[in-house]
Amino acid sequence: MAEPFLSIQHVRKSFGATTVVEDFNLDVAPGEFVSFLGPSGCGKTTVLRMVAGFEEPSAGKIVVGGKDITKLKPNQRNVGMVFQAYALFPNLTVGQNIAFGLKVAGMPKPDADRRVAEMLDMIKLPQMADRYPYQLSGGQQQRIALARAIAPKPKLLLLDEPLSALDAKVRVSLREEIRSIQKKLGITTIFVTHDQEEALSISDRIAVMYGGKAEQVGTPFEIYNRPATKFVANFVGTLNVLEGKVTDAASGKVQVNAQEVSLKGKLNGSKSGDTLSLALRPEAISLGRQPGHDTSLSGEIAEVHFLGSVIRVRVGIGGNTVSLDTFNNSATPPPAVGDKADISFSSGDMLVLH
Amino acid sequence: MTDLSLSNKAIAGKTAPPAEARSLRLPTQWLGVTPFFIFAVMFLILPTLYLMLGAFQNEAGEFTFANIVALFSANIVAAYWISIKVSLASSLIGAFAGLAVAIAIVRGGLPDWIRSATLTFSGVASNFAGVPLAFAFIATLGRLGLVTVLLNTLVGLNLYAHGFNLLSFWGLTITYVYFQIPLMVVIIVPAIDGLKREWGEAAATLGATQAQYWRMVVIPVLWPSFLGTVILLFANAFGAIATAYALTGSSLNIVPILLYAQIRGDVLHNAHLGYAIAFGMIFITGLANIFYIWFRTRSERWLK
Amino acid sequence: MKAGKFWAWVVFILGAAYFFIPLIATVEFSLRMRRGVYSFDAYKVVLGDSQFQATFIFSVVVAIFTILLGVLIVVPTAYWIRLRLPQLRPVVEFITLLPLVIPAIVIVFGYIRMYGSNSPLPFLGSNLGANALLVIGYAALALPYMYRAVDTGLRTIDVRTLTEAAQILGAGWGTIITRVILPNVLIAVLSGAFLTFAIVIGEFTMASLLNRPAFGPYLQNLVANRAYEPAALSIIAFAITWGCMSLIQILSRFAPRSANRPN
Repeated sequence: MAEPFLSIQHVRKSFGATTVVEDFNLDVAPGEFVSFLGPSGCGKTTVLRMVAGFEEPSAGKIVVGGKDITKLKPNQRNVGMVFQAYALFPNLTVGQNIAFGLKVAGMPKPDADRRVAEMLDMIKLPQMADRYPYQLSGGQQQRIALARAIAPKPKLLLLDEPLSALDAKVRVSLREEIRSIQKKLGITTIFVTHDQEEALSISDRIAVMYGGKAEQVGTPFEIYNRPATKFVANFVGTLNVLEGKVTDAASGKVQVNAQEVSLKGKLNGSKSGDTLSLALRPEAISLGRQPGHDTSLSGEIAEVHFLGSVIRVRVGIGGNTVSLDTFNNSATPPPAVGDKADISFSSGDMLVLH
Repeated sequence: MTDLSLSNKAIAGKTAPPAEARSLRLPTQWLGVTPFFIFAVMFLILPTLYLMLGAFQNEAGEFTFANIVALFSANIVAAYWISIKVSLASSLIGAFAGLAVAIAIVRGGLPDWIRSATLTFSGVASNFAGVPLAFAFIATLGRLGLVTVLLNTLVGLNLYAHGFNLLSFWGLTITYVYFQIPLMVVIIVPAIDGLKREWGEAAATLGATQAQYWRMVVIPVLWPSFLGTVILLFANAFGAIATAYALTGSSLNIVPILLYAQIRGDVLHNAHLGYAIAFGMIFITGLANIFYIWFRTRSERWLK
Repeated sequence: MKAGKFWAWVVFILGAAYFFIPLIATVEFSLRMRRGVYSFDAYKVVLGDSQFQATFIFSVVVAIFTILLGVLIVVPTAYWIRLRLPQLRPVVEFITLLPLVIPAIVIVFGYIRMYGSNSPLPFLGSNLGANALLVIGYAALALPYMYRAVDTGLRTIDVRTLTEAAQILGAGWGTIITRVILPNVLIAVLSGAFLTFAIVIGEFTMASLLNRPAFGPYLQNLVANRAYEPAALSIIAFAITWGCMSLIQILSRFAPRSANRPN
């Protein structure tokens, strides 16, 4: 990576005896969009609040643009922040809300007015300047909040679960809008979310957090396809986990329900007879033997759920159950529960979870 | 079987022809609130109107402004003036002190028990008025009161030699403040609780100092509830009589005491002048409320 | 932040001093009846005074009737407004706030003129009538508090659904009010009741002008004529108010939570 713009170094935070964030490290490149993804209580919001300056790290430092800002007050940091609950000032109009940061910075009124108009155009709400927050929908309020955060041209944009309070449709359209505005302005952004789909869809990189630590930092592609830990694999996407017994550690052979599977690569650290957790994404599995899939397992159809365009099938293989999706095809009826069935996949898609 | 027939009857009743239902429903609709309105009209509105009309009549029942004009005699104007001064001073002092206490317990980072203890105590103290309150202050700041005596013996400060008198404007104001502060606390704490933490954080990330945040957001948001409470405190003090009467007897000439004396013994020798005094009291508290409503509609377009 | 906390303590301590010194002074004074030593003599004298007992009991009885009248007027109204006549809400709320604007002395003045012994409705022509008028006046004074307490209680329990559920099960109006609504707003009604009690028990203006032998005028008379007993009575009055408020506080812990929201 080039010179990082934001660098979070060995940051730790504890409240009394409980440690919320442990030795968190992250470098963010200029203009990069990084998501903190994790369940509630994983410390993602605490890290964000330390970057914003609302919490002081117990140890470590935070550097922005080469300058150590760890001890700066929030109002000296020049960061923009968007909150889950919008947090628009109820006594100010939309225009006044957006102008707040400009006014505080002492920008002359004509310049501020121009900037506000520009912001309203950017979020495609040009007619709303004189409305009050209570007159707007949640999605509109959150776009105003975004405009307000961006108006003073902050060095960093911090988004604290900005979409969680919105309903599903608005959530998707607004996240695309946030991403396109962020790309256009090239503003370095941190986005906190517990929604893996959200994180996967808009981030340059994702830091998956658990128990106050970053479990894995990587591009959405890496996080999804090469989860580094069991937690990441489970938290991101749907995952089938199968029990396997190692038969030959050196050549990577395991048995699932007495059927042999050859894994790519060796099984370092395991010896024959050990039990392993093996993971498979549903989309990597096909019903029946497919060309290109080098591995297959036999089982029995346990459940069939018709979901419209997709049919979700659960196949029992001994004590394991594997979920997979097949596209609906009007010419072929869905499989029946109790039928014998084979599943096939590429052995390269099967991951060993640690 | 019985159950079935019962529910059938109920259903039959429900699906009665609309015309019949309407003719039956209209009176019952209003029946529920009739006692309330009879009560309000007979024991709140009519007695007040009676006095208001009486203020514009002479003994013979003819329309006149003479009673209102008579209000402007020196004695009565003085009574109104001191009442307004005491009410205004006690409501403003009570309001600002109460606001300070409320902010301290909600935002000051004090232990939690202090907040709940203060709120409970405020509930008690805001209802602690009248004779017991007056006596508490006599025992504290009267000529032989604990504080008066302690100041004199310990510091050598003789309050009364310095012109302080509990039976005066300031004495009465200090006493009234005892129920004004807690009343403010009780009403304004929920409003302060309504200030979202995120507003302060949003303002901070936008570069605002604490003072700027207060000036541009907190004060405008709290202002309407604050002003409304000040008006309430004003009316509260303006109509109060028991405390003042117990404290000063009739030596301090405030309007409620004047009216009290008039009702007891027609000291003004003109029954309709008594009506006019009552009218004047409602006029002033009413005016305060109208000002408040006007201000609210003007300044609070952002409120739903 | 540190400075803010410092000032919060300063404000709190100043406030606490202002509120506790008069109480301490009164307690101290009330204990000084016997020369040279602290004693409870003043309390003994006061509590043993037959006039104290008579006026206090009178005021308690008046307070109870006031509460009953207040409940009878407020509960059906607040309920009906929530259920059927929401368009009347602003009118009713305005009326319930009137006693905060119209001073008690003005209201009672109006009563004296309108319901005197020579009027068509001569409440003041008999003792019973005058007592009734006192109860009515107190109910008017307590109206803002009672209405607010009950209305808040009704808001948390989704009245409409409860009523409809009861109707579907075949309940009549009497049953609905007494068996469904009242038990659910009982806590709110009791809060309003204790507040009413606190207001009524020592009230002076109305009782005095209607010439009722109530606790307030008795206190007033005592202040003018005695030294130590009023201090003891002030402390007793404060303790009664405190008791009422504590009961409200305790009751509010048992208040039903809204069924629509968890916790």
